Amino acid sequence: MDNPLIRVGNLVKNYHRGSEELTVLSGLNFIVEDGEFVALMGPSGSGKTTLLNLIAGIDRPTSGYIFVGTDEISSMTDSQLADWRSRHIGFIFQTYNLIPVLTAFENVELPLLLTPLGRVERRKHVEIALYIVGLSDRMSHYPRQLSGGQEQRVAIARAIVTDPTLLVADEPTGDLDAKSAEEILILLERLNSEFKKTIVIVTHDPRAAARARRIVHLEKGVLKEDIKAEDRGSVRLADSTLAFADVKS
Amino acid sequence: MAIPLKYNIRNLFVRKVTTGLTVLGIGLVVAVFLSVMSLSEGLTRVFKVSGSPKNILVLRRNSQSEVDSGIYREQIPLIVTLPGIDRDIDGNPLFSTELVVILNMEKNEGGTSNVTLRGISEKGPHLRPQFKLAEGRMFKPGLSEVIVSRSISKRFKNCSLDDIIRFGSYQWKVVGIFDADGTAPDSEIWTDVEGAMSDFRRVSYSSVLVRTTDKLGQDQFVTALSNDPRLALQAKSERSYYEKQTSTADPIKFFGIFVGLIMAIGACFGAMNTMYAAVSARTKEIATLRVLGFSHMSILTSFIIESLLLALLGGVLGCFLGLLTVKLALSGVTGTTNFNTFSEVVFAFRLTPNILLTGIVFSLLIGLFGGILPATQAAFTKIILALRQVE
Ligand SMILES: Nc1ncnc2c1ncn2[C@@H]1O[C@H](COP(=O)(O)OP(=O)(O)OP(=O)(O)O)[C@@H](O)[C@H]1O
Ligand SMILES: [Mg+2]
Repeated sequence: MDNPLIRVGNLVKNYHRGSEELTVLSGLNFIVEDGEFVALMGPSGSGKTTLLNLIAGIDRPTSGYIFVGTDEISSMTDSQLADWRSRHIGFIFQTYNLIPVLTAFENVELPLLLTPLGRVERRKHVEIALYIVGLSDRMSHYPRQLSGGQEQRVAIARAIVTDPTLLVADEPTGDLDAKSAEEILILLERLNSEFKKTIVIVTHDPRAAARARRIVHLEKGVLKEDIKAEDRGSVRLADSTLAFADVKS
Repeated sequence: MAIPLKYNIRNLFVRKVTTGLTVLGIGLVVAVFLSVMSLSEGLTRVFKVSGSPKNILVLRRNSQSEVDSGIYREQIPLIVTLPGIDRDIDGNPLFSTELVVILNMEKNEGGTSNVTLRGISEKGPHLRPQFKLAEGRMFKPGLSEVIVSRSISKRFKNCSLDDIIRFGSYQWKVVGIFDADGTAPDSEIWTDVEGAMSDFRRVSYSSVLVRTTDKLGQDQFVTALSNDPRLALQAKSERSYYEKQTSTADPIKFFGIFVGLIMAIGACFGAMNTMYAAVSARTKEIATLRVLGFSHMSILTSFIIESLLLALLGGVLGCFLGLLTVKLALSGVTGTTNFNTFSEVVFAFRLTPNILLTGIVFSLLIGLFGGILPATQAAFTKIILALRQVE
């Protein structure tokens, strides 16, 4: 339990709107253990996206520190952050954000272009990632030829293909119907339990949050609640272990 | 590794209409640019390639061209006995005494223009390596016969084989058509010099063309000629004489570059507009690429490459259109006035591989300058704001 992956301390984030200063996060402290699956909840405008973006290294705090592993990302430069993201972060967006002119395969391959992997190795990684999300038969489809749920699964494959330290997702089921949302959540749960991925998701959806092992509430710039999943009983794991056995080979 | 090229290519093809229109715009600009350049090239060639490096043109001291020059009959023996002159197998010096008269003649298309009538002596054709008799025969001295260059023959009335050229009270029969491979004689009519001297009642020749043995002979001849106080003549290398007249092409070249530049600026804005539209339509996509870890630099490069590709398509289209224009509309020969002799210079548009290459480079420059600002905007997309953007 004492193996923190994310350490956030005294985190302050202000936005300027004209001459007004808006404090979104005011001295927030937050720790995520390695291998945790955390759901970040809270009312709209409470700063969930802001916090997630800070942890993922696509935004900079006004003050305070953020460590991911041993890297202090709050002190990195813009280009250091870009490089760091490519190696440590898998980002899943609410609107999937696939590149429309690239096929599922090519979309998933994109992050690998920033690694030293050769063509053949890249192909292997992409195939495995698409296999994990259950889209081996959709590799040469363009995003417009896929359903929303399939698009999000391709996006998840893109997020995991580099085997990142941390997966973050901002309302990954926000644009999906109940059934597709369920599939995405099962997939995330499996990535956490089976592949030991540390996951932080932002969600409004209590059903989504219930999948997580831990729920964190953000209100008025500070963390208000912190319920351990153990208290609720981890019942969901069972129905997610489907036909994923030989994936890692 | 960078963002793959197929990303840019496919994006260009996704926006078929905008891409098509921009490519067409750049293509037209490149085509016009190529046409003007090929015109200038054709004109320059007339003078650049004219003349043999061994030939020396003797003119009266201080005269600018053959038209305002004059060399008396008595001076000829003094000139041709100077050192450095090449000889034929029989030991006779290689030279041609020549008379240049400007005739005002009627064009086929209407109107008139000045044409150079050149009287030459026996060795005259021999001194001009590009000269080739194409049809008919050589003129016979004393019979008022002429041979006409093919270009002049095509452009002026009464200049076909067996026609009679009339000028005032004079008349000459066309007995041959010649070709001089785009060099200066292609704008001329040739006859025998003694006939022309008596026809026009001239007492002096315009020039003497001399073939020297080699570089050394050339120096000897030039020094001897300019040092002879009896002569008051000057010797110019034939090449440099014609090269100086290349200035006729300068205004055209200048005009071409000027027009090309203005149009290129327009085309730059066209490309820029297209690329700005592309960047703003893809803001979220760019932010996503940045989140994945692609650097500012790779985004910048990617969009500049896309702009270059766009312009390159335009450049290729432009080369194609340029070739087509020059082939169909501007084929054959055309003429302009040589401002040194005020006579017609005949030339053909020449779209050389070099000019086509210039056209491609020209289009790439349009792409580069049109693409820099939009690509910079793309590279510095604010990730956070772009991701919040709703489609
Ligand atoms: N770039 C910005 N400039 C100014 N204000 C901003 C900016 N980004 C976010 N905000 C403000 O910060 C606050 C927190 O925004 P954030 O997006 O983090 O909330 P959220 O919890 O994710 O909300 P939601 O559930 O609606 O997605 C909001 O009041 C928002 O208006
Ligand atoms: Mg949000």
